[in-house]
Amino acid sequence: MPSFDLGAHGLRALNSTLHALKGQTNETQWDVVNPRGSHAIAAGVDALVDITVHGSTGYYCAGMNKQATIRIKGSAGPGVAENMMSGTVIVDGDASQYAGATGRGGLLVIKGNASSRCGISMKGIDIVVHGSIGHMSAFMAQSGNMVVLGDAGDALGDSLYEARLFVRGKVKSLGADCIEKEMRAEHLELLEDLLRRGEADAKAKPEEFRRYGSARQLYNFNIDNADAY
Amino acid sequence: MCGIVGLFLKDPSLEPKLGAMLADMLVTMTDRGPDSAGIAIYSGARDGIGKITVQSAHPEKDFKNLDEDLRNAIGKPVLLLEKSTHAVLEVPLDQIEAARSALAHLRPGVKIMSVGDSIEIFKEVGLPKDVAARFDVSRMKGTHGIGHTRMATESAVTTMGAHPFSTGSDQCLVHNGSLSNHNSVRRTLKKAGMTFETENDTEVAAAFLTHKMEDGAGLGAAMEATLTDLDGFFTFVVGTKNGFGVVRDPIACKPAVMAETDQYVAFGSEYRALVDLPGIENARVWEPEPATVYFWER
Repeated sequence: MPSFDLGAHGLRALNSTLHALKGQTNETQWDVVNPRGSHAIAAGVDALVDITVHGSTGYYCAGMNKQATIRIKGSAGPGVAENMMSGTVIVDGDASQYAGATGRGGLLVIKGNASSRCGISMKGIDIVVHGSIGHMSAFMAQSGNMVVLGDAGDALGDSLYEARLFVRGKVKSLGADCIEKEMRAEHLELLEDLLRRGEADAKAKPEEFRRYGSARQLYNFNIDNADAY
Repeated sequence: MCGIVGLFLKDPSLEPKLGAMLADMLVTMTDRGPDSAGIAIYSGARDGIGKITVQSAHPEKDFKNLDEDLRNAIGKPVLLLEKSTHAVLEVPLDQIEAARSALAHLRPGVKIMSVGDSIEIFKEVGLPKDVAARFDVSRMKGTHGIGHTRMATESAVTTMGAHPFSTGSDQCLVHNGSLSNHNSVRRTLKKAGMTFETENDTEVAAAFLTHKMEDGAGLGAAMEATLTDLDGFFTFVVGTKNGFGVVRDPIACKPAVMAETDQYVAFGSEYRALVDLPGIENARVWEPEPATVYFWER
């Protein structure tokens, strides 16, 4: 089980070592120690490996991740798992702004709270937040699922496309074109699976959530709004 | 960008290390602001002593015999402590205004960085590590302090454009962001009698708070007013003689992390700035909420 001391060897050495792991590798368990809030830790990994970062991270940890499971034993700075393609990223603490932004696939789990703009412009990623999320979350979210066990801040899902948003607590306000929608059997099933994979099934049940989605009123130009331009 | 660091000590045993801790935090924020750096230190008030921190582009000329000249002008004792391009003038507290107006005549090239009975401000163009070394920040003692590394956007890279800005006695403010209505707010404040040294947006924010506090507002209420009257992006960290405050605009895209233990309250633009603080592993670490005022007073 390789252990990498970021304080001793630096970020470039860590990331180039991780980038060299392509496809199948026998070195599947990695520990990163002394992260000290550094930027871009384990960004751009593309291998079936398991990486544990022992401490809090700075900007863009696990960005663009493919295949890897990356666990942060601390809190994450802005843009954790930004543009993730596949794999799993688990943050034991809180996440700063725009967690999972533009993510195209994979699963991001935040055990604490996420701040503003969580899942902004998400395009297929699944995000499970055990705590609450800040304002402008899921702004222009296109596809994928966001599950929030706590509350959501102002303007949830503003200008939303087809992402599904599930919130258990209070929503401070909904953004433009985001509405509450009926929870059907297929959604409960989806939620059950997401809660289980997001290590949250012991904390919440699918029936406790409400579903929010796009009213689809902003999709096409509406001639009645012509005066607004 | 821009980097901000701040420390408000609760445990007096850390006071001798304030400068060393702040200097380390400041240097960690170099890549957020390599243009210039500055620091405000509250070194603690002494009975009846007032401090004027001054800066000169020609310290060898301007600081020579400045204590003597000022003593002759105000007829009271003056102590001069030179630190590179800056100097701290100690005068009797009731002589601050007299010393200030005498300075304008005696040394027209000298700029006043701060005035008060606890605050000292040191700021210069250059890398944070060079600025910290130039002023020997790591040996400074005090109760609280605020540092800033600048990446300029709204005005030129000059000493006077560096942060912290001080527009009132023992007050200072640093800023990450940019204000969009600073010209109109500056006009309003000028009409109310405030004076300005620069065209900088941050100086307007500092003067706005000073004006509110002169009108009787407490630190918290003055900071609350920034949320309604100032437009733009901001994370402000504010110091007063006995207080330390933080506020972010409602959009809150300028980063901020805080940590609190029994020994201190700390602020960093990033968690990186806080990692070497004592007991950080068990500190309460959080991101200040948007449009929410946080302040501590002793």
